[in-house]
Amino acid sequence: MATNVDTLKERAGDVADSARGLAEQAEALARSLGDLPARAAEAGQAAGDGHNLVIGLTVFVLAIFVGYHVVWRVTPALHSPLMAVTNAVSSVIIVGALIAAGPGDFSFSQAMGLIAIALASVNIFGGFIVTQRMLSMFTKKK
Amino acid sequence: MSQDWTAFVYLIASVCFILALRGLSHPRSSRQGNMFGMVGMALAILATLATPGVENFATIIAAILIGGAVGTGIALKIQMTALPQLVAAFHSLVGLAAVFVAAAAFHAPQYYGIGMPGDIKASSLIEMSLGAGIGAITFTGSVVAFGKLQGLVTGKPLVFPGQHMLNLGIGILIVLLIVWFTIGQPAWAFWLIVALSLLIGLLLILPIGGADMPVVVSMLNSYSGWAAAGIGFTLGNNLLIVTGALVGSSGAILSYIMCKGMNRSFVNVILGGFGGEAAAAAAETGDKSVNSGSSEDAGFILGNAGSVIIVPGYGMAVGQAQHALREMADQLKSMGVKVRYGIHPVAGRMPGHMNVLLAEANVPYEDVLEMEEINRDFQTTDVAFVIGANDITNPSAEDDPSSPIYGMPVLKVDDAKTVLFVKRSLSPGYAGIDNPLFYRDNTMMLFGDAKAMCESIVKALEEQ
Repeated sequence: MATNVDTLKERAGDVADSARGLAEQAEALARSLGDLPARAAEAGQAAGDGHNLVIGLTVFVLAIFVGYHVVWRVTPALHSPLMAVTNAVSSVIIVGALIAAGPGDFSFSQAMGLIAIALASVNIFGGFIVTQRMLSMFTKKK
Repeated sequence: MSQDWTAFVYLIASVCFILALRGLSHPRSSRQGNMFGMVGMALAILATLATPGVENFATIIAAILIGGAVGTGIALKIQMTALPQLVAAFHSLVGLAAVFVAAAAFHAPQYYGIGMPGDIKASSLIEMSLGAGIGAITFTGSVVAFGKLQGLVTGKPLVFPGQHMLNLGIGILIVLLIVWFTIGQPAWAFWLIVALSLLIGLLLILPIGGADMPVVVSMLNSYSGWAAAGIGFTLGNNLLIVTGALVGSSGAILSYIMCKGMNRSFVNVILGGFGGEAAAAAAETGDKSVNSGSSEDAGFILGNAGSVIIVPGYGMAVGQAQHALREMADQLKSMGVKVRYGIHPVAGRMPGHMNVLLAEANVPYEDVLEMEEINRDFQTTDVAFVIGANDITNPSAEDDPSSPIYGMPVLKVDDAKTVLFVKRSLSPGYAGIDNPLFYRDNTMMLFGDAKAMCESIVKALEEQ
């Protein structure tokens, strides 16, 4: 009987030990679970950076295809207006200049932005107006 | 305006730009296309002005108005003959603007969300230096092209020994600097990349001869697009990327068409030096005889013809003869003669230049045909009337393998029963190559000023 009690005690001790071990593991697990959101955010950011470049490249390549097909359909008679209008349209770079010139406080980058705005504006107004002048020659009625 | 809304308006602007190019597939839809372009640009500017960081409205609007006034003034006054110069000058401005935007992004990256000064993302640094470099090449290249077209810089190719090695050396140096700039991002490396790119723009275009300017102008058109795309990548702006890609591919296709029109490879044009071997070809022509005639003779031949194809070249535009030419064509039409125009792809100084010059003189769009459309018709045509053109009609491009222009597609004017050739003298053409057509039996040379000749032919026709 006494031996039985002893073995029972021993087993109880074992169970207690393994329970403690389990608790520790659970705690470790809980800790690592706590880290997870932070790690996920980190991974997400890394993926996001790569993603932006890939999205940019995707847009770029698809736009080249669109440009290729649209431009081959342009009638050769209108190749000069095509150059003038693409020139005007490429001045959309003004968007980048506006952001640089935007902040209220004066800085070097703001000066750069303002010069770029003026240069691009020459092109935007000049390019579209000269295109319009050319096209009106092609479509005027006698 | 929130970021999503801005991106959405940018998307609409991109579609507008695509429609602007799409409209050019026919003259009827072209003006609507141009309207789309303007709407797209207005949307892009307004959406950007509405973003939170932008508050400096007074100075921004002042800058837009100053630039806009200058651009409007130039565009309204410019002569259509000077169109290639104008386009070259405009390209230079896009290039310079790209350099300034890249510099702004380098000094104040926080406004673009690509890092802090001195701590910019590596990918943005590469894109930034590419955008600035291509922009700088576009700027100086276009300035040289402008100078050549305007006659401020000699149209002769400027070549010197070791040129290609020098260009290659500078090119490698720029690539190394971009790597260096990406690693340590020092400001001096950025400005050195810009300075070397400015230099290489000069060195690349100076050795290219005046006859190749149509290719150069198209190529710079393409570069200005790639520069815009480079800046678009830097700023993570899809509108700039799309527009840059559209413009870049458009310019590349036009360069290809121009190269094909001259039977030159793109590399061959870029390496430059064409047009230097002219003297030898011109020297041997001394004692050949030509038939020359008066405007009365020409009037008689034209008046009795059933069909006439007019082949205009840049010389016609220089002589301001397009209006007199159109009067001559109208007179012939009223006499029952079928009159059409045949246009070579490189007849002007830029793609489609001749079509614009004829349209300006009220020549109906339907009468003007491209080379491939009309070349077969010369066989059944009574008179080919060549005015101010030379190389684009030169038959040695087809049958003389030793000719510098051998293989270039030409208008087969010698298939017509009679060729009338309006020219000041027997001097060779723009590319400096003699034309055997002058000495053929069925060719009649009409020596004189293009405009005066057309006017006196009209008089001769009226008297018939």
